[in-house]
Amino acid sequence: MKEMIRLEGLTKSFGELKVLKGIDLSVEESEVVCLVGASGSGKSTLLRCLNFLEESSGGKIYIEGKAIDPKTDDLNKIREKVGMVFQHFNLFPHMTVLENVIEAPVMVKKVPKEQAIREAKELLLKVGLEEKADVYPGKLSGGQKQRVAIARALAMKPDIMLFDEATSALDPELVEEVLRTMRELAEEGMTMVVVTHEMNFAREVADTVVFLHDGTIIEKAPAQEFFKNPREPQTQTFLQTATVR
Amino acid sequence: MNGVADFFRTFADSSGLLTRAMLLTLELTVVSILLGIVIGLFFALLKLSRIKGLAWISDAYIYLIRGTPLIVQIFILYFGLSGLFLIPDFWAASLALAFHNGAYIAEIFRGSIQSIDKGQMEGATSLGMKRSLAMRRIILPQAFRRALPPLGNQFIIGLKDSSLAAFISMNELFNVATTLGSNNFDEMTYLMIVAIYYLILVGLLTLAVRAVERRMAVSER
Repeated sequence: MKEMIRLEGLTKSFGELKVLKGIDLSVEESEVVCLVGASGSGKSTLLRCLNFLEESSGGKIYIEGKAIDPKTDDLNKIREKVGMVFQHFNLFPHMTVLENVIEAPVMVKKVPKEQAIREAKELLLKVGLEEKADVYPGKLSGGQKQRVAIARALAMKPDIMLFDEATSALDPELVEEVLRTMRELAEEGMTMVVVTHEMNFAREVADTVVFLHDGTIIEKAPAQEFFKNPREPQTQTFLQTATVR
Repeated sequence: MNGVADFFRTFADSSGLLTRAMLLTLELTVVSILLGIVIGLFFALLKLSRIKGLAWISDAYIYLIRGTPLIVQIFILYFGLSGLFLIPDFWAASLALAFHNGAYIAEIFRGSIQSIDKGQMEGATSLGMKRSLAMRRIILPQAFRRALPPLGNQFIIGLKDSSLAAFISMNELFNVATTLGSNNFDEMTYLMIVAIYYLILVGLLTLAVRAVERRMAVSER
């Protein structure tokens, strides 16, 4: 198995505040890793370090076997390989759905426009929004927006997809359509790191579940084992409150 | 009402001269606003630069311009620089107005750029876009839309400020009107007339800005 991401002793501080206190983690090709934990545990920060939206304070990050130095490496090239989906979608409101999806392939990868449009339409078909191609994001529901955001990230043909609480901003009835898209992506073999509060999703889709608390990994286990037999007391407490929800 | 008839006669008689003066006022305004937008955008981006020194340059420029009266700036450009090289009065006035408007427009652009949700820049960079590309393609189009109402306001101020070019003897609206007033020993009538010209110009400018706002809003929703 090819190792897609490797973290060694990753730390991150915001001023005095230590948010990540030495994270070691490895993600293999096609593996789906769910990061769970209470808010403030550092899981979103960890995810954001993986595509360098946050610059880590210490430790090493390897992407596809290569150690990345944010000072000297071209981070934009790395971000082409590492797609990201945000809690608040971050679609471009002044562009149609189709324009949102083709923007980066055309402007960054210099894909010919006709080809980019063809591929974008396939992606929109895949997320079930082909008929919304010429609509502006303002006209879409939250779930539709998020599926466009997924299509937009996929348009760069990334090797790894990061999901930062992709369903947290959605109305309850819209969560499932986004999770379904994510599930399909996982089944196709996409390497995914997912920050989520959806324990059912983690149980069904994740290969590995990582529980973070206060900037450290408390427990890391295959999904079935994590939910059936959590070893650590903190994990047990977390799961009790999380599943009641 | 003899007075009203007289007023309209004076209005009609002076319309040839005042229309020509109005065109000069418009030229001054359009040139200084267009240049002001370029200057304003430049200094706004400078101020938002992550390089401290560049931000300071922008701060210094804005402080200098906002800290001194426009008439002083016009005089410095006209009388001061004309000693070094020949500067036509139109360009002295236009450049002074452009740099003056530019400082205020810089602040308008800075504010509207900063008001764009930072998720937009993150979304763009997460797709591999460089900051400069994301700024050009994602941030600025949205920021410009938000800047339009305060920009319209600044355009109106710029239009009226162009009357200060009268003091370097440019034959724009205010200068021609006051000259006519003193030649005919009837200052007040000509001041009322020139006020009407300004009201019409500002009215047209307001409509134009509103039309642009509406067109840009349509594409978003």
